[in-house]
Amino acid sequence: MKLELRGITKRFGSLVANDHIDLVVNSGEIHSLLGENGAGKSTLMNVLYGLYQADEGEILLDGTVQHFKGPGDAMAAGIGMVHQHFMLIPVFTVAENVVLGNEPTGPLGTLNLDEARKRVREISDRFGFDIDPDALVEDLPVGAQQRVEIIKALARDAKVLVLDEPTAVLTPQETDELMSIMRGLAKSGTSIVFITHKLREVQAVADRITVIRLGAVVGEAKPSESAETLASMMVGRAVDLAVTKHKPKKGNIGLSVTNLTVVGDRHNKVVDDVSFEVHAGEVLAIAGVQGNGQTELAEALVGLRIPSSGTIHLGELDITHSSVREVIDAGVGYIPEDRSKDGLVGDFTIAENVMINRSYGPPFANGLQVDFASRDRITDQLIKDYDVRTPSRETLAKKLSGGNQQKVVVARELSRDLNLLIASQPTRGVDVGSIEFIHERIVATRDAGKPVVIISTELDEVTALADRIAVMFRGRIVGIVDATASRETLGRMMAGATA
Amino acid sequence: MSTTTEQATTSRVNSAMKEILASGASRAVLSVFLGFVVGALFMVFSNDAFLQSIQYFAAKPGDALGSAWTAIADGYAALFRGSIYNYQAANPVAAFRPITETLRFAGPLIAAALGVALAFRVGLFNIGASGQILFGALWATWISTRVTLPWGIHLIVALLVAILGAAAYGAIVGFLKARTGAHEVIVTIMMNYIAAGILTFFFRTPELLREADGGGTPKSDAPAVTAQLPVLLGPEYTLHWGFVLAIVGVVTYWWIMERSTMGYRFRMVGHNPDAARTAGINVERTFVLAMAVSGAFVGLAAANQALGARAGMTPDIDGTIGFDAITVALLGSSTAPGVLLAGLLFGAFKAGAPAMQAIGLSPEITGVVQGFIVLFIAAPPLVRAIFRLPAPQKTTVVADWWRGIFSRGGAK
Repeated sequence: MKLELRGITKRFGSLVANDHIDLVVNSGEIHSLLGENGAGKSTLMNVLYGLYQADEGEILLDGTVQHFKGPGDAMAAGIGMVHQHFMLIPVFTVAENVVLGNEPTGPLGTLNLDEARKRVREISDRFGFDIDPDALVEDLPVGAQQRVEIIKALARDAKVLVLDEPTAVLTPQETDELMSIMRGLAKSGTSIVFITHKLREVQAVADRITVIRLGAVVGEAKPSESAETLASMMVGRAVDLAVTKHKPKKGNIGLSVTNLTVVGDRHNKVVDDVSFEVHAGEVLAIAGVQGNGQTELAEALVGLRIPSSGTIHLGELDITHSSVREVIDAGVGYIPEDRSKDGLVGDFTIAENVMINRSYGPPFANGLQVDFASRDRITDQLIKDYDVRTPSRETLAKKLSGGNQQKVVVARELSRDLNLLIASQPTRGVDVGSIEFIHERIVATRDAGKPVVIISTELDEVTALADRIAVMFRGRIVGIVDATASRETLGRMMAGATA
Repeated sequence: MSTTTEQATTSRVNSAMKEILASGASRAVLSVFLGFVVGALFMVFSNDAFLQSIQYFAAKPGDALGSAWTAIADGYAALFRGSIYNYQAANPVAAFRPITETLRFAGPLIAAALGVALAFRVGLFNIGASGQILFGALWATWISTRVTLPWGIHLIVALLVAILGAAAYGAIVGFLKARTGAHEVIVTIMMNYIAAGILTFFFRTPELLREADGGGTPKSDAPAVTAQLPVLLGPEYTLHWGFVLAIVGVVTYWWIMERSTMGYRFRMVGHNPDAARTAGINVERTFVLAMAVSGAFVGLAAANQALGARAGMTPDIDGTIGFDAITVALLGSSTAPGVLLAGLLFGAFKAGAPAMQAIGLSPEITGVVQGFIVLFIAAPPLVRAIFRLPAPQKTTVVADWWRGIFSRGGAK
């Protein structure tokens, strides 16, 4: 089925989320919708799926104009959607989930589960999904759950399948499986809209690419286009976040990690025999595709995860089995990747957030009491030094913009007497001005003679900040290279090739 | 031009008003008001004069309206006489007795509600105040009836034992949650049954706590005089030092939650346990500590019940305090002054109910009023709809003023 979007415009108040977007997806084509977070991809798909009504423009299927009042209409017209967060009921079986809302019934309205099983088996066999209709969804791995979502859409005769950031939750292996499924579906005539911001996947699987930026179509590209070209289309400028920094003045070894292995929530090795050293006055960046163990590595370094083997030394101090508080008190600053979940208490004021990891003693505590005068004085100084744009120190953290929230976290961590800084995705979801500011501060920390570990999935950030780059793939460090390594080399390493 | 400026000013003032109206405190006050309205309806429709006059409402509507008004006025006047000041009393001592009764009833309510409120602020739902009172009272009774100590020391030891007993009973819940992930609601409810069973067993067994010359019913001796909470205002009134304990509790609670680093960490865990963990706080240990401190406040209520008594005690020594405490904590939005005011209100209901019964009204009306107040508190959209209040945080006029003063247009 051929899908056509013509001049789709969707406004939220003064914000134009979609600005006259045109998109054509041919029958049997994998069409990738590429754009940064917040570019308007999901809004567009929600318009297509009937969740939002477009302010202007029209949707055509095989040349006929469609009017979707809700997802029911869209489904009936042959559009299926697999959301980033699965819409499955964990305690139901696969068959029960697939027919939910569209149940085959016998006389007296009894549920005909045999019919449901048959449908699942049919689709599963046809595309090689390898799914047992009687398995409970909660027992399935994430990749299989996603296939259940796809079966759900196909069971309703979806001719156009929308996959919204489908690889965000998948392991690399599962991603590869998903891609072969996508190719199989396309071959059988299903049109696929593949929403993502990951260049590698786009290049691997897409037939055509439409790039969206700030709600508007920037242009079309072929998957053979280089990653740089695609990236600069996505971000809208020649991606150049070069940070002026001098050669590092390396000191002694500040952090040494030896044969570190961490077992994850799914009982697999998420960090697998990792070893590296960081000198004082040096930035080591850990690069890699999201979900290759970087998060777990960072959490192990700060004591949030207990390593199953290996050691972590901070200078001479063994912190392998230290508690989070001991690690903090040993002078490890940590900027977590998800600031609203792990870095800040949204319902606390800025002043309260400034002291969250130092509430046990001076300068923030005076005996059993909070030292309010000292706390307020320090907070005001940090707001000034770190250029936090806020009405006052009493403003709740959740009321600040992303960039200002991150500045509060950075200010809190960098204002301590550090022996190591670990920054995980330090500029994710942060405006350009704040990015530059935060990068400068990180470099300043390095120049003050501290060891710094940056964990980032953004290659630009990695190359801008790092003195050396370690690339992680499937829990292992594939290699550690100099910051002058080419993007091609890094890209190959991120896909698992050794340096 | 001037009209538009004027309109802008009025609308800004309106928005500011709306913001104030949308706050939690005004919602609590309006919920109380609505509760009284519902109570008034009950009084009217259980009033004989009204029910008779309603039959000829079309002919003489004045009769029905008049009797409705009389019913409400009489009812709430009785509540006032029973809980604040009895202007019909024969002598001044009796006239002031109602307010002292209100304070006497409010004491344990406030203390137990502080415990529930503290747990709320840590993100825990402590349904177990009832069990914690019983467990604290059990050991306080042991000290007050089975141990002989000098005057003064006896009371202090009994008090501490009540507090520690209830705190330990609360800590068990925190420990089970931290260690096994068991949900505190289920655990506290079950612990209530266990405490009730243990207390009854102790009160029934002669070798343990049963009264010296008792029959088959479970009952303890009266606390020894040296362990009783002394009366506060002389022998004319039953009000005892339990109320002072509750006030000390309120101040302590305020200090813990608003000033101390422990309370700061409690609130941090309540708002965002993930961030707290990342900040080096042992969340599981915080659960145990918070439940222990929560239990300690409830222990004040236990002391109030066990040591405020002048006669032998029965296993229902907790009354409905454990559950009323939840509603008091809710109504007081878990703040120290809020709990104090809400506890006084509910104490007044308890003190005033008999006076309402005396004029032929069902004393359960106060229970209905209490129930509706909590219902309105628990369903903010309902109150907002009734009073056409703005949804919270839709407008930010007050915040904008701040912003205008502080950021000079640079804020983003």
